[in-house]
Amino acid sequence: MISDTVVELSRLQFAITVLYHFLFVPLTLGLSFLLAIMESVYVMTGNEIYKQMTKFWGKLFGINFALGVATGITMEFQFGTNWSYYSQYVGDIFGTPLAIEGLMAFFLESTFVGLFFFGWDRLSKVKHLMVTWLVALGSNFSALWILVANGWMQYPVGAEFNPDTLRMELTSFSQVFFSPVAQVKFVHTVSAGYVTGACFVLGISAWYLLKRRHVAFAQRSFAIASAFGLAATLSVITLGDESGYELGHVQKVKLAAIEAMWETHEPPAPFTVVGFIDQENMTTNHAIEIPWLMGLIATRSVTEPVTGLKDLVAEHEVRIRSGMQAYAALQKVRADPADAQARAALLERQRDLGYGLLVKRYAPNVVDATDAQIAQAARDGIPPVAPLFWAFRIMVGCGVLMLITFVLSLISASRRAIMRQRWLLKLAVATIPLPWIASEMGWIVAELGRQPWTVAEVLPTWMSVSSLTVGDLIFSLTGFVLLYTALLVVEMYLMVKFARKGPADPDAPPRHAEVIGADAPAEPSKA
Amino acid sequence: MTELFEFLMSYETLRVIWWLFLGVLLVGFAVMDGFDLGVGTLLPVIAKTDDERRVLINTIGPTWEGNQVWFVLGGGAIFAAFPLVYAAAFSGFFVALILVLFALILRPVGFDYRSKLHDPRWRALWDWCLFIGGFVPALVFGVAFGNLLQGVPFRYDEALRVHYEGSFLGLLNPFALLAGVVSLSLLVMHGAVFLQLKTVDTLRERARRWHGIAALVYVASFALAGAWVAFGIEGYRVTAFAGTAAASNPVAKTVVVEAGAWFANFRAAPLLWLIPAGAFAGALLAWRLAPRRPGWAFVASAVAVTATIVTAGTAMFPFMLPSNLAPAHGLTLWDSTSSLLTLRWMFWMTVIFLPLIVLYTSWVFRVMRGPVTLEHVRGSDAHY
Repeated sequence: MISDTVVELSRLQFAITVLYHFLFVPLTLGLSFLLAIMESVYVMTGNEIYKQMTKFWGKLFGINFALGVATGITMEFQFGTNWSYYSQYVGDIFGTPLAIEGLMAFFLESTFVGLFFFGWDRLSKVKHLMVTWLVALGSNFSALWILVANGWMQYPVGAEFNPDTLRMELTSFSQVFFSPVAQVKFVHTVSAGYVTGACFVLGISAWYLLKRRHVAFAQRSFAIASAFGLAATLSVITLGDESGYELGHVQKVKLAAIEAMWETHEPPAPFTVVGFIDQENMTTNHAIEIPWLMGLIATRSVTEPVTGLKDLVAEHEVRIRSGMQAYAALQKVRADPADAQARAALLERQRDLGYGLLVKRYAPNVVDATDAQIAQAARDGIPPVAPLFWAFRIMVGCGVLMLITFVLSLISASRRAIMRQRWLLKLAVATIPLPWIASEMGWIVAELGRQPWTVAEVLPTWMSVSSLTVGDLIFSLTGFVLLYTALLVVEMYLMVKFARKGPADPDAPPRHAEVIGADAPAEPSKA
Repeated sequence: MTELFEFLMSYETLRVIWWLFLGVLLVGFAVMDGFDLGVGTLLPVIAKTDDERRVLINTIGPTWEGNQVWFVLGGGAIFAAFPLVYAAAFSGFFVALILVLFALILRPVGFDYRSKLHDPRWRALWDWCLFIGGFVPALVFGVAFGNLLQGVPFRYDEALRVHYEGSFLGLLNPFALLAGVVSLSLLVMHGAVFLQLKTVDTLRERARRWHGIAALVYVASFALAGAWVAFGIEGYRVTAFAGTAAASNPVAKTVVVEAGAWFANFRAAPLLWLIPAGAFAGALLAWRLAPRRPGWAFVASAVAVTATIVTAGTAMFPFMLPSNLAPAHGLTLWDSTSSLLTLRWMFWMTVIFLPLIVLYTSWVFRVMRGPVTLEHVRGSDAHY
């Protein structure tokens, strides 16, 4: 039997490695596009200050990019090292977008990023601009394929179970790719990346303006960032992930958990702003509610009900009992592949097979599970409500604050009033950490909200792990935490140091050494 | 035409094609990222001063990042096309792979952060990271192959869950370590040839000296490994299986373990002996050509790298991950692939994108062509 400690440590390792990775990815997504925009303005107008902007923000981009790549390498292999049963059970579908990500996106991004830094005097203006756009496109395509893979875990379409290979197999690639959940997630996540890039540029530019340094440079950066950031924030909010929650049972469970909706409410349901969650008794104490709002958000109507968690748990019991029969049929097919009757029975109930596996945790033979074990598994079928409830509210809160900052900044920048509004500059500096907090919270909402499944309704998390020892996991987990933390500290140090130093003054003579890949060589390619 | 298309798109053919694609990716990684790893390993011995280290780092600085994607893509392609191999190999070699990941993680940061500050201790620290990031993977990839050839201690249970029953130290057995010496010396040789193409004067002379040492070690260790496979370790042979187009079920075959089984393919088609011969010839030619025609020497060295990997793959065909614990559970290309539909989709994706990758990578190398000199790194900021 698989030990709970191995499962919990594997989950912890995945969460830590991916949350670290996700500290760097959004900035890469956003900043790469901002660089491409800045350099486009440079190529179109010929104004050197935009080249200087591209190079300076590009230098900070590079510091961040290195760690994005370093922490990303782990992700490609971690499914195999720590989630081998998962890899084998759904690799037929899940591996494909990951491999295409490498072919189509990561190669593009990584091959041209070197040329972005080293190619300034080896390439014509237009060619270098093309390189920058390819880096931006590469990183965004990368996000597309990763979110296609993740969207499938949330809402597994285009696949079916094959009893002969004991795994899920692809039936329609286009269903996987065009899955509405995947598409919504992609737009939501890359927009969040653009917001991150914009907040970063806006905040640092505001800091220069407060110090009255690099004023012309910072004002232009501020203006571009506020316009780009406002557009991106509106996109994150209006194309919020929540629009994907109508689809699929597990997405509904997630929605109910985020909102701590224990009971199914007469439509339209109220929205709980804050409250004390009591998962044991399935209730929320001292809740402050806004009538109607929840129903409007979730169903876009005033007549459709939103199903509460208690009713969802009751549904799980029914599905588990059906899943047990599917599991029994599967055992028969395994024993005798020619048993047509068992195959038909399995086919009929295959969408409940995952629920049969849910109870396997308590009753290893599945078919002999007691009522108490079934009830326990059904209750496990909903994720921990309190962390989801709060993570979601922190994320939305950050989003609203950022929206306010961008609106005010854009108004101020368009009126050329920014130098007089020091309070707004201070607000912009204070906004810098918010997109990172929001992104990390967003990851928690999406992935913790999918528990107890790795693939919704198909494969429970506890079954997905590799057959490792606790010692293996302590070794890898300790190593990752120490290494990543040390690298993060170094990264933050360099980022602050180079942000404080600011862009090189274009009128001053070129300064040598210290900086990589930013300024022109004194003697262009005499080789 | 339709017949040809049907033949091409059949499960059997696609399984062979994917076995070949995987070989292409592995070779792509060893040829392209291999010299980066070699240069990383040579960093402490060839470059003595800070400026010299910067020259070495900048010979690969603009392109290593793209080269590394061959490795990442290799991982993704195994996942998509051979999910059973991906699951069994990476969870089995858990500790070894985690160590390789730690080493590889140091590389992007080492390249990017090293020259950002002047403090010599800071730079020395990152130089060590770059050395580890080159040396450890170059060694471990060979060790992994050495273990593949001996079989890996894993088995499947009733639910087809894979169980690995070996230990990390068990991977470090004498034959596997010899295979590690083969890969390390091969990639160091490849890196030294690359450095003769990209540096001048003293650095080039030192690269030449290390080229000689690495080439000798490589030729001797590769020959010794071949003899060891012939006389010292047993190979695996499939005696019965469900068929080349059957559903991927890794426990539906019988396998025998016998001496000389890894030479069965060479015995069946003696022309295959040209492959290991090509490895020796490539190494020899690279040594002859390096002083005057370093570009061609690099090609010859790439041939040696390619032939070494292809030799191992040919010996093991159709095995991908033999098991010494339960030989019948070993994975072959006939019983560890994805479904037909997935192989088809991935085939078209690869056919479209791999040539594009080769095209734009060549363009980037062309833009960055020419040697890197001390004057370059002293005179400018456009370098690491």
